[in-house]
Amino acid sequence: MTARRLSTGGLIDRTQAVDFSWDGNPLQGFAGDSLAAALLANNQRIVARSFKYHRPRGIMSCGVEESGALVTVGDGDRRDPNVKATTQELYQGLVASGQNAFPNVRFDVGAVNNLFGRFLPAGFYYKTFMGLPPFESGSGTGYWMWCENIIRKAAGMGSASRAPDPDHYEHGHLFCEVLVVGAGPAGISAAIAAAELGLDVLLVEQDALLGGDLLGQSDAQASRDELLKALAASGVRVMNRTTAFGLYDHGAAGLVERVTDHITQPDPNLPRQRFWTVRAQQTIVASGALERHIAFDNNDRPGIMTAAAGRHYLNRYAVLPGQQIVIAGNNDSTQIVAMDMAAAGAEVTLLDARADIGDSTALKDAGVQIRTGTAPLSARGKTLNSIQLARGLPGAWQADEKLDCDALLISGGWSPVVNLISHRGARPQWNADNACFVVPEEFDGVRLAGSAAGVWQTQACEQSGRHAAMQAAKALGKTVSEAPGVSIGGWQTPIEPLYEINTEGRKSKAFVDLQHDVSSDDVRLAYREGYVSVEHLKRYTTLGMATDGGKMGNVIGLALMAEALGKDIPAVGTTTFRPPYTPVAIGALAGRSVSEHFRPLRRTPLHDWNLTQGATMTMAGLWHRPWYFARPGETINEAYIREAATTRSSVGLCDVTSLGKIAVQGPDATEFLNRIYTNPFAKLPIGKARYGIMLRDDGIVMDDGTTWRLSETDYFMTTTTVNAAKVLTWLEELLQTRWPELRVHVTSVSEQWAGCAIAGPKSREVLSACVHQTRAVSNEALPFMGVIETALQGGIPCRIARISFSGEMAFEAYVPSDYGPAMMDLLYPQAALHEGCLYGLEALGTMRIEKGHVTGAELDGRVSIDDAGLGKMASPNKAFIGSVLRQRPELMRSDRPQLVGIFPKDRNATFNVGALLCAADEISGMGEGWITGATHSPELGHWIGLGFIKGGVDAWQSKIAVAADPLRDQQTEVEIVSPHMVDPSGERMHG
Amino acid sequence: MKQYSAWKVFKNGLTGQKDWGRAWRDPEPKQAYDIVIVGGGLHGLATAFYLAKNHGLKNIAVLEKGWIGGGNAGRNTTIVRSNYMMPGNRQFYEHSLQLWEELSHELNYNVMFSQRAHVALFHSPGARDAYARRYNTMRLTGSDGELWGLEQLKNEIPHLNYNDARFPITGAAVQRRAGTARHDAVAWGYARAADQLGVDIIQNCEVTAVRRDGGRVHALQTSRGEIKAGKVGFAVAGNTTRLWQMADLGNLPIESHKLQAFVSEPLKPLLDHVVVFGVGGAHFYISQSDKGGMVFGGDLDWYKSYAQRGNLPIVQDTCEAAMSILPCLGRVRLLRHWSGVMDMTMDGSPFICKTPLKNLYLNAGWNYGGFKASPASGWYFADLIANDRPHEFIEHFSLDRFTRGVIIDERGAGPDPKLHG
Amino acid sequence: MIRIDCPFCGLRDHSEFSYGGDASINYPPLDAPAEQWHDAVFLRENIRGRQLETWQHTSGCRMWLNVERDTVSHEIFAVWPAHRGYGRVLHAEKENTE
Repeated sequence: MTARRLSTGGLIDRTQAVDFSWDGNPLQGFAGDSLAAALLANNQRIVARSFKYHRPRGIMSCGVEESGALVTVGDGDRRDPNVKATTQELYQGLVASGQNAFPNVRFDVGAVNNLFGRFLPAGFYYKTFMGLPPFESGSGTGYWMWCENIIRKAAGMGSASRAPDPDHYEHGHLFCEVLVVGAGPAGISAAIAAAELGLDVLLVEQDALLGGDLLGQSDAQASRDELLKALAASGVRVMNRTTAFGLYDHGAAGLVERVTDHITQPDPNLPRQRFWTVRAQQTIVASGALERHIAFDNNDRPGIMTAAAGRHYLNRYAVLPGQQIVIAGNNDSTQIVAMDMAAAGAEVTLLDARADIGDSTALKDAGVQIRTGTAPLSARGKTLNSIQLARGLPGAWQADEKLDCDALLISGGWSPVVNLISHRGARPQWNADNACFVVPEEFDGVRLAGSAAGVWQTQACEQSGRHAAMQAAKALGKTVSEAPGVSIGGWQTPIEPLYEINTEGRKSKAFVDLQHDVSSDDVRLAYREGYVSVEHLKRYTTLGMATDGGKMGNVIGLALMAEALGKDIPAVGTTTFRPPYTPVAIGALAGRSVSEHFRPLRRTPLHDWNLTQGATMTMAGLWHRPWYFARPGETINEAYIREAATTRSSVGLCDVTSLGKIAVQGPDATEFLNRIYTNPFAKLPIGKARYGIMLRDDGIVMDDGTTWRLSETDYFMTTTTVNAAKVLTWLEELLQTRWPELRVHVTSVSEQWAGCAIAGPKSREVLSACVHQTRAVSNEALPFMGVIETALQGGIPCRIARISFSGEMAFEAYVPSDYGPAMMDLLYPQAALHEGCLYGLEALGTMRIEKGHVTGAELDGRVSIDDAGLGKMASPNKAFIGSVLRQRPELMRSDRPQLVGIFPKDRNATFNVGALLCAADEISGMGEGWITGATHSPELGHWIGLGFIKGGVDAWQSKIAVAADPLRDQQTEVEIVSPHMVDPSGERMHG
Repeated sequence: MKQYSAWKVFKNGLTGQKDWGRAWRDPEPKQAYDIVIVGGGLHGLATAFYLAKNHGLKNIAVLEKGWIGGGNAGRNTTIVRSNYMMPGNRQFYEHSLQLWEELSHELNYNVMFSQRAHVALFHSPGARDAYARRYNTMRLTGSDGELWGLEQLKNEIPHLNYNDARFPITGAAVQRRAGTARHDAVAWGYARAADQLGVDIIQNCEVTAVRRDGGRVHALQTSRGEIKAGKVGFAVAGNTTRLWQMADLGNLPIESHKLQAFVSEPLKPLLDHVVVFGVGGAHFYISQSDKGGMVFGGDLDWYKSYAQRGNLPIVQDTCEAAMSILPCLGRVRLLRHWSGVMDMTMDGSPFICKTPLKNLYLNAGWNYGGFKASPASGWYFADLIANDRPHEFIEHFSLDRFTRGVIIDERGAGPDPKLHG
Repeated sequence: MIRIDCPFCGLRDHSEFSYGGDASINYPPLDAPAEQWHDAVFLRENIRGRQLETWQHTSGCRMWLNVERDTVSHEIFAVWPAHRGYGRVLHAEKENTE
């Protein structure tokens, strides 16, 4: 006879039975149950196994502080490990199972660890597993990794699914004047009071029901109903099942709302959870207080839980946790628990460590046996069946008689939940009178109320809430009448600090952090070994690092360390609380920006047009760009070679829309360009384009592109695709912060123009057939580097520059984005007349390598303008960004790696990008250079490459280098040649 | 000296763990030391250890303002790798990795260095090529490195997102000798080993002023009294600028930024490798600790900060990156996130160098790289202090490299500290 | 989450902005001696406490702003346009509307 469901009482709905499965067994609970309540009602004592020793564990609490009842909920892809059964609402068809145990939690072979527990104290793994036992012989990491493999399998708790999470999550944003966290008596009172002062209030509660501690009281129904009624009338926005998991700078709070975790078959359109970012002007944290455990021998046995938890199970869920109930504590809060248990028909013994517990008439009248100056010394039974008592005083206990019992309810005192305010940087202070940490002052718009502030009595909590609301309103500039504050505390008889119970010299397995199996001996071992600062204690023993965040045990650990040190708790300090308050699903934090929505996808206006022409796309930054246009049966290699060859022999068209485009406008635009580009722009005529290179402040190449002069004050700048945003920001920074005197405005027009490169000897014929006036693109009207603004047939506005990346005679034509496909519909049939083609990035790459034109692969942020072979573009006659620092001595050395072309010595051989260039007699070490681009050159009929090598072409004229590529088991003898491998004099593009 | 061993663990199991003494002493500071290292983090402790071990020096103190290992030693994602390619960096980090491989034995403290392989995903031919150069450099300088194609990657790590990733994974560059270690153990292991060689490790001892005697440091004023020093080494990461300015030395090429780290609830083995990627402006790295927590991180919070508190936008960004690569993490819960202050430099590379003061040496500027660097950082810093000249591998880790124009910028990001994450 | 009161757009999350850098740096003339450029580009005071810095409202008005902020508490004391001219215009506009 142990835990059982009562036939009356509680907030459950007995008309709705709920079937669920526990470890494969069908069980039944009621609507309104938590999983823990339902398990308890079904008298399931052992529901989990501990982390290290695999000790049997039961339900220890009724909330987020749970460190025993960790279970796996759901199955398959929706398997959810490490769920605290105390916070999981029961629903029809819920499937839950034990974890970290084989074959099951009731009988677990891992429990053998417990037998060896004496050999496995805190930090034992730092002292062994390094090398072969017994003396750690050997070297390297092999032995450790062998051990580690076993340790890893034993560690962990639940097992997560490897399949993608099938659910989805949402993000939301909220604003309010006052955020109230926690809907207990203090929080609800604060919210109502703030709303009555005309403030916009948001109240969030992690529980499904509002009421907090009222839910666990036997006689609070009426007052709870009243509070809720007032709350409903107040206009406060209320969110239940919503945890404020962290407070952040400037009044921000992170909330997670559990939308469907309590529903059997949720609407598939609903997200599983929502992550809300709240911006609150004031925050009131009424997050309550959590009851502490006490360390004594076997204090982890199933059947032992906190006193308040026992009361909650009784009054909220109508589950009597036992029939022979012992309640043990050191403070007044156990008395009402004893009364409630006795009233429910249990045989109740109240142990109190204090000699004096005040007036106990009511207790005696209720039939409660009282033993003062008494505490539990040791618990017996795999699941609790009796306890041995200790009598005397804390610090001088004497073993006493044995007492049979099937439930032991503990109260070691109360810890206000100061986690959230600590996230902001507030330092909790030890309050010796109440044996707890408190944060008494407001901290940057955050204030505590109720038991979170160390106020113990319900009515005082309500008043504390109202007081906090007044203070918040005052801070928001409201005129409010002064409400009296509430002082910390509220016990009739002072609490007697009690953290551990043991008699002199008695061996004991007393747990401080139950989930991580950290015992009081571990704390003392840490002390002996000098891990005495709080953070060392925590890290060495893993105290407080478990999924409950040490909510029940941290203070005990601190107290035991303080005792060992002979100091007070404040002298030991406290650990820093880190968000989240309770663990939050990573999926919720990620929201919708997952899988293909991880980043925006940028498509050019020609995207669909390209696809209809058979383009295979590739990534270029966030863009999708055509990679190649394979004809039926063609491989990528065949396709790009054909595209490049066709372009060089006839004509090719290429979507270049993704290039960055910036309008640079204003009376001082010329001066501005002259400062940011290395080459002179002061005399660029209207109607001309110029290739320019810009450097960073430190003189390293930043980006390149062409800039077209459209009028006296209007330029059209292009950047590389990848650097478009960076260059714009850089120009804005220069104009707004460094050179405010320049009358220039820069505007991104990347999205406004669709661009096509028309390249090849037939390019002019194609273009002239498409423009409104054929002569507009004649050699005279549009010479090399010329720019015109004209129209295509049909009146499509168009700007064209005769510029070439391929090295052929070529044009770039830009039309307003929406006309992009129309432009292609004009150009492509004309190109087809010349047996021209579309080409993608691969062929573009081939042609630029043949010409020795640099891209991001060469300009990698470490390369100087001289390294890139473009030193002549750095004007000696003007100052520009980077002109001073580019001349630092190391950057001017002639033996720096310089841009070169690369031919395989055996023209049938190939090499890979990323191979190192080495001297033939030293194929090791850092190498002499590296390869940045490689392709088959249709023009030359063999493989070619671009790269950098120390000293450049001059240093390697008669020497063979080796392209060493050990990654791919390849080694190729190469010749170093000029990077301008095709048409070095540039006749074709000028022609 | 108490050796740690399986035998000792066994024996203590029989005797109630009574035989373990302090891992390191708690000495009162002396009035003077030959060498004072300021900063009881990994780098400072390692330096003290190698000064004693490699150079036979005595009379050394490490001053720590709080508790040892309380700074970035405890605020990192514990990844150890040597995939650096810039001259100097390459040799330095490779040496560090070699030291890691024997560190548990050297310190007689299990730092749990697990060579579980560092898998850097790539998503485009361009990214593969950039890795190829880096990993070829590693191979040709005696390190290990390989390229995995998609099929091999799928075999090794089947549950990455190969289906609907925004940036489809095409392969990975892998260093098998890389992995993770237990960060706290490294601090404690160095402390214990240094202590056994006679180094005084003095906690709760904050330097409040640097007393100069012309071009030398004469003494350090501390919260525990004045301490005279023959030579002084600074190894204080994010607080370097403050000490530097206490010594009246002006400004440094360093900015303090904060970097968040994340750990999930413990799980049974879910990921056996260290997996990293950088694409689409995101940057992400993840591994699973021996305890079972998924340990991961991403970018800096992007603004300068000395606060050890993170903010939500980066939490969100990092979780997005996590989900983008391991979509099974959706139901895994984040247990903690916290933040450390990084000493970011103008080129992402560190300083181990002499300073304008004759007997003052600087160890700083570790950006994201501090954890993996700690053994070599201590090794070369000790070498510098002992010999008063930089080893050739660290000659570029000097403050004047920016004046000279030495480029050891692994990312090519340029002189903007926040970009060197 | 830091919130920045953009003088053009109002109070916004910092994720709309990009951090620039130290606003107290005076970049020298383009042809200044290398030493001046070295100091401006590479050296930082790296203040722990109140500092002057730049942010750009990248996902907003794209204005560069000067922000006075505490690098420990993250408290912001003042925000104004980095460009003096824009600042003056904004000020005049506000006076006109008032």
